[in-house]
Amino acid sequence: MPAAKYADEQLADPGKEKQAKALMETIRCLVCQGQSIADSNAEMAGDMRALIRTRIEAGEKPEAIRAWLIERYGDWVSFKPPLDELTWPLYVVPVLFLGLGIWIVSGRLKRRRKG
Amino acid sequence: MIAEAGLAALWLAAALAALQLAMGWMGVSSQRTDLLAAVRPIAIIQAGLTGIAFLVLIYLFVTVDLSVALVAANDASTKPLLYKFAGTWGNHEGSMLMWVTILAVAGGAVAIFERRLNERTLIATLAAQAAIGLGFYAFLLFASNPFARLDPAPAEGQGLNPLLQDPGLAFHPPTLYLGYVGLSVAFSFAVGALVTRDVGTAFARAMRPWVLGAWILLTIGITAGSYWAYYELGWGGWWFWDPVENASLMPWLAATALLHSVTVLATREGLRAWTVMLAVVAFSMSMVGTFLVRSGILTSVHAFAVDPKRGTFILALLAIYIGGALALFGLRVGTVREGSRFDAVSREGSLVINNLLLSAILGIVLVGTLYPLIAESITGEKLSVGPPYFNSAAGPLALILVVVMAAGPIMRWRRDDLKATLTRLAVPLLLSALVLLLVILLAPGIRILPLLGLVAAAGVGLASLAPLWGRNLRRTPLYIWGMVIAHLGIAVSIAGMASESAFTKETLVAARIGELHRVGPYSVRLDDVQPVAGPNYTAIEGTVTAQRGAGKPFTLHPQTRNFPSPQTETNEAAITTVPDGQLYVVVGRADEQGRWQLRLWWKPFVTLIWAGGGLVALGGFLSLIGRVRREMRHAPPREFL
Repeated sequence: MPAAKYADEQLADPGKEKQAKALMETIRCLVCQGQSIADSNAEMAGDMRALIRTRIEAGEKPEAIRAWLIERYGDWVSFKPPLDELTWPLYVVPVLFLGLGIWIVSGRLKRRRKG
Repeated sequence: MIAEAGLAALWLAAALAALQLAMGWMGVSSQRTDLLAAVRPIAIIQAGLTGIAFLVLIYLFVTVDLSVALVAANDASTKPLLYKFAGTWGNHEGSMLMWVTILAVAGGAVAIFERRLNERTLIATLAAQAAIGLGFYAFLLFASNPFARLDPAPAEGQGLNPLLQDPGLAFHPPTLYLGYVGLSVAFSFAVGALVTRDVGTAFARAMRPWVLGAWILLTIGITAGSYWAYYELGWGGWWFWDPVENASLMPWLAATALLHSVTVLATREGLRAWTVMLAVVAFSMSMVGTFLVRSGILTSVHAFAVDPKRGTFILALLAIYIGGALALFGLRVGTVREGSRFDAVSREGSLVINNLLLSAILGIVLVGTLYPLIAESITGEKLSVGPPYFNSAAGPLALILVVVMAAGPIMRWRRDDLKATLTRLAVPLLLSALVLLLVILLAPGIRILPLLGLVAAAGVGLASLAPLWGRNLRRTPLYIWGMVIAHLGIAVSIAGMASESAFTKETLVAARIGELHRVGPYSVRLDDVQPVAGPNYTAIEGTVTAQRGAGKPFTLHPQTRNFPSPQTETNEAAITTVPDGQLYVVVGRADEQGRWQLRLWWKPFVTLIWAGGGLVALGGFLSLIGRVRREMRHAPPREFL
């Protein structure tokens, strides 16, 4: 099968290419191991690059394309986890860590000043 | 026979580790000097035996003894000698044997060289080291025997993953393993000091060279791994937040924090409990790293072994060691005296903020790496956590961290004045403001993170030299030089990252022979594509002529290689390095019209990323030499051997 147009060719409009590239860097290559479609030799990654470039060229918004891809392939396809009932710990736990750390440190410093 | 000899050496070493643990334990609790005296020699002999087992395995690989199952599965007589040798640890069993060998040799080195630490604490340390070793001996002997035979022996072996057939990668895993194991020694020291209630400056001084050494090796390992990914994967990326990369980054973050807190403990007697806790965390991170890479839980190029039995075994070891250490910590933390006091605005204060931020970044990387695995194992739903998450969560914290890094070294211990500190930083602050102005003027529309990166790198780079101001440079202690160079390296690296992400130019085309294409300041022409044959692969090689402006044209030869066993395709990018960046050229497949896929990148100052990493490692190395020389001068004479 010949590679689709735009699999390895950029869009003529640099602004749109930039949008497409930014999106491709956050879409997982489904047949690779931990790579994004922006840096994979796999044929499927090429097809997905072509799809993204074609849709961006047609004026679609990157986040709409991401939503379409997630609809089709599941959350697995996007490196940018959504915030929902499954993924909230990703966003809450780091804040909790930092809060805990600040609390411990500030508590000790205050005690120190009193002493 | 030789394989059996290796196995026997391994069993003996395991038995000695058990003896080392038992005698160390009894000696420390009963204070019997005869028991205590036996532990050091046992540790040394154990190291020797494990070393023999590892040498045997290397011998089997180099001579391609196909009657050994591991050799048959990973070696081939057609492989170049270097990869026969390095293939020894390019697989699960061999790399675990290497792990345990480094562990035992490190234990032996502690037994030989450590002379300043209280004897009971030292023996408790060696007992802890033996306890870690025992778990890994059990893992090798019961779940990953590297010396198992294969009958009948095949006529030819199956070869090594071609992606790993690269000189850099041959020495990448050993470097990281040495780093991981160095942290295990730090952990053992922490356990020893907790057991004998001896958490103080002597403990910090004994532990510091190991932390420093581990940290240097992790720095080198991460830097080299990043450069490998950059030139080998063929798409110009240098960091992917891949779980395997994170597996090496997490111990590095913990070791960086530990390195700074142990300095506070050694020089100011502060942060006692916290330093011990960090030692536990740092080792836990290297266990987590080993687990991620070795259990096969990840679907990534690095995780070859897909065998749940092994994963469960490592997970059990991880739970035992971390759980045990945390329990000991919980029991003994009450007996650790509070350290010296200090003000919030002081050198110690800045180091506490450093530790806090590093821990927070570590938390983010840990959660981002492990949560998808946990979520999948519980709900069955697969989710991906990648660059957008890590960059936006850890990036800002890392920027704050480097700003603190600029201020810390010029602050006084115990108590300082915020205004005075800012005055001392006036020149770097001015430089940062200047860079901010220049970048906004010259590169409007630059994204916020690279912009702040450039601004911070300029100011921090200059500020990192501040500890040298007003000093006699010849009389400046080596460890001060080390600190200055390491901090400068961080600034250099950040400048490279920011420049690469803000200013990279990319051209992707289907090129006909003779066509001219532009990327950044270069014009590039594909002259020819020819098939070529390597020692164990075939390839197509492009001949590409590049010219910068009206400069002298030069030729590049990118390749796409095909390896037959196992069937794999790799891109060998052709990279030209010039003072202000790199031109990166890849020739891929042809399309049906005879046009070749040509990928071109111009990456301004990208080399600073790895040059910075090199400076950081160099700084660590100078610091290590300075510290060790100082310790040697004060060391009491040798009492044994």
